[in-house]
Amino acid sequence: MTTNQTDGVTPLVEMRDMSVSFGGVHAVEDVSIDLRPGEILGLVGGNGAGKSTLIKTLAGAQKADSGQIFIEGKPVTITTPRDAKAHGIETIYQTLALADNVDAPSNMFLGRELLTRWGTLDDSAMENATRKIMGRLNPKFQNFKTPVNALSGGQRQSVAIARAVHFNARILIMDEPTAALGPAETEQVRQLMRQLKSEGIGIIMISHDIHDVFDLADRISVMLQGKLVGTVDKDKVTMDEVLAMIIIGKLPQDVTQTELADLRG
Amino acid sequence: MSVVEASPAQSEALEQGPRRSVGSFLRDNEIDTRMVGMIGVLIVIWVGFHFLSGGTFITPRNLWNLSVQTSSIAIMATGMVLVIVSRNIDLSVGSMVGTVGMVMAMLQVEWLPSLMGRGNSWIWVVALALGLVLGAAIGALQGSIIAYVGVPSFIVTLGGLLVWRGFAWLTASGRTIAPMDPNFQLLGGGARGSLGDTGSWILGAVACVGIIALLVMGRRRRTKFGFRLRPIWLDIVLGVLGCAVVLATVWVMSSYYLPENLARAYAEDNGIPWPEGGLLVPYGIAYPVLILLGVTLVMAFVTNRLRFGRYVFSIGGNPEAANLAGIKTKRTIVKTFMTMGILVGVSAAVSIARLNAAVSGLGTLNELYVIAAAVIGGTSLSGGIGTIPGAILGALVMQSLQSGMVLIGVGAPVQDVALGVVLVTAVAIDTVYRRRAAR
Repeated sequence: MTTNQTDGVTPLVEMRDMSVSFGGVHAVEDVSIDLRPGEILGLVGGNGAGKSTLIKTLAGAQKADSGQIFIEGKPVTITTPRDAKAHGIETIYQTLALADNVDAPSNMFLGRELLTRWGTLDDSAMENATRKIMGRLNPKFQNFKTPVNALSGGQRQSVAIARAVHFNARILIMDEPTAALGPAETEQVRQLMRQLKSEGIGIIMISHDIHDVFDLADRISVMLQGKLVGTVDKDKVTMDEVLAMIIIGKLPQDVTQTELADLRG
Repeated sequence: MSVVEASPAQSEALEQGPRRSVGSFLRDNEIDTRMVGMIGVLIVIWVGFHFLSGGTFITPRNLWNLSVQTSSIAIMATGMVLVIVSRNIDLSVGSMVGTVGMVMAMLQVEWLPSLMGRGNSWIWVVALALGLVLGAAIGALQGSIIAYVGVPSFIVTLGGLLVWRGFAWLTASGRTIAPMDPNFQLLGGGARGSLGDTGSWILGAVACVGIIALLVMGRRRRTKFGFRLRPIWLDIVLGVLGCAVVLATVWVMSSYYLPENLARAYAEDNGIPWPEGGLLVPYGIAYPVLILLGVTLVMAFVTNRLRFGRYVFSIGGNPEAANLAGIKTKRTIVKTFMTMGILVGVSAAVSIARLNAAVSGLGTLNELYVIAAAVIGGTSLSGGIGTIPGAILGALVMQSLQSGMVLIGVGAPVQDVALGVVLVTAVAIDTVYRRRAAR
């Protein structure tokens, strides 16, 4: 039931035997996951399971101690966020990673500013591009000149998502994409994820919300205490079985009915 | 990705909600309400001191002196804005003025004449250039320790405050170095170091054309992308006000005339026979003020129009986000300290030229005035917020208070008390204002 090998398709991303430790503590230990084009991979696990650390190595925000990353079958080295972006990997962090004191267009283009032919910032062009993409993602968004700390949680999330989507990401990492959102905004983000998926973009989604994961993901990778418990096809497992993986670290074929019953309380 | 795009025109219609107040009207039209407030405060200070001093404050003579006295602090304050915006501080600028000023003085008085020949007219240029390079190098050194080693800027520059003051003394064993090269002296202003009336009026005209061009270009750019424009009357008011301030400044500066002995010397230099009723030779805008003007334009450009400036602000807003966006944050920090160092060099040149000497105590306490000017001008010590024009207004407010108190005969200890109280009050008002705005 575990899907270790991709069925003939070259995975968009393959992370092989990734390990990260902080002062002797293994935050991530020999974890291998892969992501296919047009797929949403749910990455789940309890607090401190190592999910965020693992995806940070893909996003270039955290150096891995060992392990290899392949993009479309080719080995790549990712040591900085810049490297990751060059490979079409965009990340939406749980903290959103916005510079609160500057406006939405400046945040969208942070580190990748549009320039005029004299090498100066082309603010009008950046505002224009931001207006266009916001017209698609969140048509109600109108605060293009205010610092983003004056915006609501949902609007800030829109800016973070717009930034990831605008630069033609092939691989999108979303760390708790809906944690800070209300029901309507959550639905909007889900819609968007389905749309991006249909365009062939691969999405790795970290979530605490098992319902969210079951609703959106194609496959689910479960981590526990820095190790990968396993990766399962969503259609072939029940929610209880995934919970068993998250909590007691047992694969569906190994878990007993009594253990499942215990989980249900 | 095929989703209907909202047309800008539609979205603009939504943006124009009911207007609540003058403040929100100004904000909607991208006019900085803090700046308007600060200009108001400055006018109150000027008018207040004018009456208290029996009509001597708002006079060409006092305003001309005020402009020159403000320059050396204001030049450094523009750099301090960037340093503070990036969540750092530079406590060493006063001592750096000492070291760099002393080195520039030694270069033109002792070292260069023996190399290039006494009286060589390039000496002042080489001395100035090397001074700026030294400033940049000190900035790069301190900035690198802060960015790459990770020592807090407070500590690094506190160390610098001691080190560079020591070097200022060691460079010439505590001697006073004078006089400066005659050409170099012009940088400090004074009778010959001013633009005269014709030059000042030409400069004023150019500035007015520049203001109008900026407004027209701004409208054009916004029209091109279909963004909402300011009401045309507001742009006209802004243009007229801007030009009026420029021309009034030129008029005031050109209404201050050389005293008789200097005017006689001027007449002799230019072969003009001394007329019966005396000769009125206007000062016009002083060179230090011109230098400040140039520094302001360059720094405003760097801050608002270059990637470097944007990076400094985003680092100040959220260092981690800047890092994750792929910005080379450490290199950016080093660059801010280098910029600060170069501006220290410029300011040191103005100071020694004005004094016509370098002393090892040059620039003492300047760091406090520079930081105070930036902070009064709206730079937030928690980082991410600050403007170049604000810092210059801040320096002008500080200097106006100081000059005003001197004019009405307030003693030095009371002056210090007043400046300290004003600094804390200004920041207190700002903090309350920001807290309200955040709600």
